[in-house]
Amino acid sequence: MRGFDRPTLALCACAAAVYILVLLATVTGLLNPYWQRVLDQALIMGIGALGLNLIYGFAGQFSIGHAAFYGIGAYTAGLTSKLLPVAGIPTFLLALVAGTAAAALVAFLIGLPVLRLKSDYLGIATLGFGIMVKVALDNSNRLIPEMGGATGMTGVPQTANFGWIFLFAFLAILVCRNFVFSGVGRACMAIREDEIAADTMGINTTRYKLIAFTLGCALAGLAGGLYAHRYPFLHPSIFDFLASFDFLIIVVLGGLGSLTGTIVTALGWAFILEGLRVVLGSSFVDWRGVIYAVILILVILLRRQGLFGNREAGLLVPAFYKGGKHAAAGG
Amino acid sequence: MDWNYFAGQVINGLQLGLVYALIALGYTMVYGIVKLINFAHGDVFMVGAFIGYFGFVHWGLPWPLAVLVSMAVCALLGVTIERVAYRPLRYAPRIVALISAIGVSFFLEYFCSLSFVFGADYRIVPRPMEDVVWRLGSVSVTNVQVLIMVVVMAMLVLLQWLVYRTRIGAAMRTVSYDHDTARLMGVDVDRTISITFAIGSALAAVGGILYSIAYPQIDTFMGVIPGLKAFTAAVLGGIGLIPGAVLGALIMGQVEVMTAAYISSQMRDAVAFAILILVLLVRPSGILGRTEPEKV
Amino acid sequence: MRRAKLLAFSLVLVFLAGVVFGCGGQQAGTQKEQTIKIGLMAPLQGNVKTFGESVQKGFELALEEAGYKVGNFKIEKVIADDRNNSTEAANAATKLIDSDKVVAIVGAVTSKCTVPASEIAQARGVVMISPTSTAANVTVDKGKRKDFIFRACFIDPFQGTVAARFAVNELKAKTAAILYDQGNDYTVGLAKAFKDEFEKLGGKVLVEETYAEGDKDFSAVLTTVAQKNPDILYLPDYYNKVSLIGQQARDKGIKAKFLGGDGWDSAELNFKVMAGGYFTAHYSKDEPREAVRNWVKKFEAKYGSAPDSFATLGYDATKMLLKAIETAGSADPAKIRDALAALKDFPAVSGDMRFDANGNPIKQAVVLQVQEDGTYKYISTIQP
Repeated sequence: MRGFDRPTLALCACAAAVYILVLLATVTGLLNPYWQRVLDQALIMGIGALGLNLIYGFAGQFSIGHAAFYGIGAYTAGLTSKLLPVAGIPTFLLALVAGTAAAALVAFLIGLPVLRLKSDYLGIATLGFGIMVKVALDNSNRLIPEMGGATGMTGVPQTANFGWIFLFAFLAILVCRNFVFSGVGRACMAIREDEIAADTMGINTTRYKLIAFTLGCALAGLAGGLYAHRYPFLHPSIFDFLASFDFLIIVVLGGLGSLTGTIVTALGWAFILEGLRVVLGSSFVDWRGVIYAVILILVILLRRQGLFGNREAGLLVPAFYKGGKHAAAGG
Repeated sequence: MDWNYFAGQVINGLQLGLVYALIALGYTMVYGIVKLINFAHGDVFMVGAFIGYFGFVHWGLPWPLAVLVSMAVCALLGVTIERVAYRPLRYAPRIVALISAIGVSFFLEYFCSLSFVFGADYRIVPRPMEDVVWRLGSVSVTNVQVLIMVVVMAMLVLLQWLVYRTRIGAAMRTVSYDHDTARLMGVDVDRTISITFAIGSALAAVGGILYSIAYPQIDTFMGVIPGLKAFTAAVLGGIGLIPGAVLGALIMGQVEVMTAAYISSQMRDAVAFAILILVLLVRPSGILGRTEPEKV
Repeated sequence: MRRAKLLAFSLVLVFLAGVVFGCGGQQAGTQKEQTIKIGLMAPLQGNVKTFGESVQKGFELALEEAGYKVGNFKIEKVIADDRNNSTEAANAATKLIDSDKVVAIVGAVTSKCTVPASEIAQARGVVMISPTSTAANVTVDKGKRKDFIFRACFIDPFQGTVAARFAVNELKAKTAAILYDQGNDYTVGLAKAFKDEFEKLGGKVLVEETYAEGDKDFSAVLTTVAQKNPDILYLPDYYNKVSLIGQQARDKGIKAKFLGGDGWDSAELNFKVMAGGYFTAHYSKDEPREAVRNWVKKFEAKYGSAPDSFATLGYDATKMLLKAIETAGSADPAKIRDALAALKDFPAVSGDMRFDANGNPIKQAVVLQVQEDGTYKYISTIQP
């Protein structure tokens, strides 16, 4: 574990400053509940996207079933909170742990056989898994009636507020940063660059791919748990394959292999999608999807390595690294 | 064991599989040559269905002409998409072009649902011919099913001929191996890719029209699920291989229908994809795929 | 490419800032005295855009008729699109309530959007009336009534029960098959109500099968139905799905009579295929009632086509809301809620109605038969 060196302290200070700024904006009414909600959504998506960046951006595993783990985390956490007789913070935290653990466990079990596949085939397998999870959620009420099946699940206490979500986002960033700049992270990047060469160098590719996959999906599970406690309704359609594309879009547009990019893009994505509502007004209401698509195409055409490429903001780089770049090649 | 019921379901599976094959062929052709999963393919399919509908219902064209017009429009659309959204990214990492493809897909779906384009209504497509049902025992086969079968088989034969017996086919095969070497051999890579997209999109148009005859209702989001399933089928059979696309599609169709018939209609998608994953674990490059030995 | 990155980054920042501060500032001052805002939440993009558009047409026609005024207030409408996505519905509801400061919301259309929006509206004390959502947990959650939330449409049990009674008593049916969308609480509710009543009256349900929302191919389940040869095929889905299923059913040689619910009511139904089928509805275009004939005339004059059930319910929901605001004489949501709950014999197009203790309407149902020429033949009216 990295000690409290200067960059880490600087990061904490910066986070604290941002938190206070947002709190001020909320209290003075500059940031009304609507935009608070959008900010929370952005942070939740950011946590999930960070997970996908670990899996795909850093370890090179093309997984397009990420929303399935988001969903597993959401439903597990939601169900835990709903069924436990005592509401409150301890239940909330327990629910989040349950959600994260469930997602991690399933990721581990699925990853074992599936991570053997290459690139596009891995993508299809994870996509297929995502669809299987959605079908399972649609039929979940036959096993556990409280889950609501295809009519959705209500009744999860809405204990997550900006404070909690921000805290967990910050922790997620710390964990990812530490992972990426550690030996494990370097091993994953080696695997991403050239799996055979990494194997030849003595890196146990199976083990590291599995670690990255499990950790990444655990983050998705955490994001899901937070979603369940911030949005009053869970429905299987929230976790379908199109939701997986949302995570993929955020990660690629931000820059594969850049944590900073993921966070910035997650914020941008949520705010642009909702912001277009305001900008377009009522006569062009149905143009929102069109404009979103055009922005997507333009950004990727003009900036194909993503907004941040594979670079990190200085704040996120631990002490012993000079400059802000990862191992140069690829990305 | 009720053999009549079984036979009836086999025919259902065959029809569904052939419909998926129509779309899967286009996916596999494009992938073979530019290694791109063209997510917008399902939406070109949708545009084809709509143009055919407009041709027949609103512009009063006879069906064969409507089909040709639709094929031409879609071919043009496919070439334009390639030129604008994919060509600049051709030598970038593949995920980048994939994101662009997703963007194009969303664009087509939402743009076409605007009221001055196709609109959001579900339109009923009139069948161009009277329904004829033939009964063999207690199994019924409709003329629509026969039409689909004939057209898919014809398309398959045509494609095989095109790819293996013509110069343009040779160019396509060359480009699918290596772009630079193809250029050195005097092949115009850009033109070949454009032609591939044009053919793939024209096939999608035919697929769209046949689909709308079999399931006579169209809307701008109709291509999403069939596109996904067809793409999965193409991978199942071995992406990039034309026979693979058809084989994968036929298998997916049967699995879906048999699951709905004998296990549970709720689980059909889950079982279909579970089988897909199992197949991939045993044959990691798809059923007909050859695992290329990787040179270190 | 540093400039491009800088440009992109600053664009995002500027956009963020503009939007947040622009809208933060908007809060004050739009609540001029005498102007109130009413919000509409509907899927105005995506694959059910056509339903959202219909509801919007009904909503706007109702406001237009009232001259955008009610009592002493001027009305400003705010349109919000939920894209048929639960997360966006929650966001949109928060926007309507906290940014736009609406006093009431008409919406949403699909239950998976109405439920999260209703939780938010209830928590913030804003009246919400859904024209078309049928899920039970819209107005009642875990036994607790969400008293700010109402709806203008039947909840499913009534329609399904009516259909079953009609099938047994009028059509003399003994066996039935049910085919419904497992992911849509509307069809799930209708199917269950139909099955319970049908079996209670001595009928046998031979086949009960489901499909998923995106399915277009029903051949597998229809082959099963064809084999069992029931008297009735109950298809409680919307007109688009039903047209598709009906066509394939006839292709398979199924001779059963088709029976369905109010989702069939649309000019886009495939009349040729569904001819001879029956469905339960709120009203019939051909009912002699004045309210109905006026409504159809007005709608056709403004939009050039006949209204479907979505537009009608959107219109009714809006008119009830306006009446409640007028009765309450105030923009206080609590007073509007009370006035709405107390509405008696409101002359809605879809039938004189009032709300029960759960905010669900009590109104008549009619049974109609589809005719090949695109009209409906009115068969009978059933009172609750």
